[in-house]
Amino acid sequence: MTATETTGPAVSAAGPAPAPSTRRRNRARAGQRREVALFAGPAVIVYVVFVLLPVLLAGYYSFFNWNGLGPLDRFVGIDNYVRLLTDPVFHTSVYNNFFIIVLSLLVQGPIAILVALLMNRRLRFRGMLRALIFVPYVLSEVTAGLAWQILLQSVPPTRWGPFDTMLQGIGIQDPPAWLADPNVVMWTMFGILTWKYLGLAIILMLAGLAGVPEELYEAAALDGAGWWKTQWYITVPLLGPTIRIWAFLSIIGSLQLFDMVWIVTGGGPLNASNTMAVYMVKYGLNVSQIGFGSAVAVVLFFISLFIALGYQRFALRRDLEGSLTGGKRT
Amino acid sequence: MTVTTATPPASEASTPRRRASRGRIDWGQPVVYVVALAVVAVAIGPVIYVFISGFRTNPDFFTDPAGLPNPWTVENYARVLGDSSFWNQVLASTVTALGTTIGVMLLGVMAAFVIARYEFRGRGVLYALFTTGLLFPLTISILPLTVLLRQMGLFGNWWGLIVPQVAFALPLTIIILTPFLRAIPVELEDAALVDGASRVGFFWRILLPLSMPGLMTVGVLAFVGSWNAYLLPLFVLQAGGAGIDNYTLPLGVQFYSTAYGQDTTGVLAYTALAMLPAILFFTLAERRIVGGLQGAVKG
Repeated sequence: MTATETTGPAVSAAGPAPAPSTRRRNRARAGQRREVALFAGPAVIVYVVFVLLPVLLAGYYSFFNWNGLGPLDRFVGIDNYVRLLTDPVFHTSVYNNFFIIVLSLLVQGPIAILVALLMNRRLRFRGMLRALIFVPYVLSEVTAGLAWQILLQSVPPTRWGPFDTMLQGIGIQDPPAWLADPNVVMWTMFGILTWKYLGLAIILMLAGLAGVPEELYEAAALDGAGWWKTQWYITVPLLGPTIRIWAFLSIIGSLQLFDMVWIVTGGGPLNASNTMAVYMVKYGLNVSQIGFGSAVAVVLFFISLFIALGYQRFALRRDLEGSLTGGKRT
Repeated sequence: MTVTTATPPASEASTPRRRASRGRIDWGQPVVYVVALAVVAVAIGPVIYVFISGFRTNPDFFTDPAGLPNPWTVENYARVLGDSSFWNQVLASTVTALGTTIGVMLLGVMAAFVIARYEFRGRGVLYALFTTGLLFPLTISILPLTVLLRQMGLFGNWWGLIVPQVAFALPLTIIILTPFLRAIPVELEDAALVDGASRVGFFWRILLPLSMPGLMTVGVLAFVGSWNAYLLPLFVLQAGGAGIDNYTLPLGVQFYSTAYGQDTTGVLAYTALAMLPAILFFTLAERRIVGGLQGAVKG
């Protein structure tokens, strides 16, 4: 992003050829080219083979009916896509991804901002509080998911799990079947994800707040603005870039959602908590429909791409300046 | 709500004398502590529950799922710690995480070096090539990647984890390292060249040591990412037919929970022990993890 100046000379040097020492320069260039290849080569090869190639292959496989092992010879055109886009189970999966996106933005964002605003002052034990809030984020989704699976297990009304028993202890006698009720399970999942990722949001917001100059608060205080007013009119607008980036990370993460759902519910009950990725893995892993699974991956990719580019265009433009889509400024 | 009026006047009334003592602690905000402690309680409550319940017997657990152990027993923890599969899984997680970390640090810093400090045609394209990687997460390519790994003979073994994890960690690594390497003054490089060092020599002897803080950050992120990974091990190791002794820890815990689901407190103890390394590692590297994430966000 800072390279704008350095690119200039390179471009102009490539233009009108400076006559005198061309040959020596060429030799130096060749040496430099070798160094560039030597240094960047390994990374480029690994990256192209294992990150870019599979994406292209996914596009290719998606037009075949293929189990991933035999010969790749049953070309089916767009059949996989037709089947996918007309499958109500897939519709639920897409809906669930968006359910998590919207709730995360509406619930996690404001809570994180509020907590960060409250904690953005000299507090005793602030470092420790911050570290403890961050703990769920550090745990693997598997261990966190297993913990919640056990906490929320219950077979009402005969057997209640730990969480239900606690609720009953404070007077809530008839809690819902958190993981077994198709109408409740996505709300439960959202709760678990909020537990897991709120800490990250708070930490990011706190980092954003650290960049707000203290003089502004003093000025606002001199002008007689109350705490809430100061936060609303000064801090939150200045926190804009952080909020937009957090929202972006949250959206992308919600679109990829897999581990937690796979561990806690496996997409059930009755496919009620499937996400796009869970749906894809079910076909890819359990029944080896690599062709069909690849079609799901392609759709997932285009939905993500569409949202990422749209979001970048309309919300992130000022903050990122092309670091995702183009090397124009690098 | 009462905080609203309390804060600003307090600091306004604090006059020069008070402002001078900047490190003063703001005890006047009990509400803040209540909120912060509530968030902390929600965050670590489930974790503490898992650790404590690992000390229970199953009959005790099922009589009162939310209660404290009665009696306390270390039997579950002792059984897991005496299980060779558990230790093999710790080893598998450690080796793959270390391999990923070393690989990504090495390949990442080399690529970032030429992107940051060489002028050549296609440099912008090279950088853009890596940054677009952020648009292709593992989730999208997992099925074809599995096919590819099988064809390359990397299916069912640790290399099948390490190499793709290095590849997928490269974009973020290069995005973090490039500005870092660029910030190292040109004078330093010129001085090294005048003293007869080659540019490659400059890279190994001067740039690499100087970029250690940035390297540590990307290293820690790669380590944690590998340690917690589930999707790739699920395909490469579990579907790849590696035995449970070759599983990484997340895969092993999940397997234990499926195979011995009846033994709930045993699963809790296994889960607790699987959480422990991540928590320990985090307490050691908290600054880097938090700093790295914030740095990543700021680009």
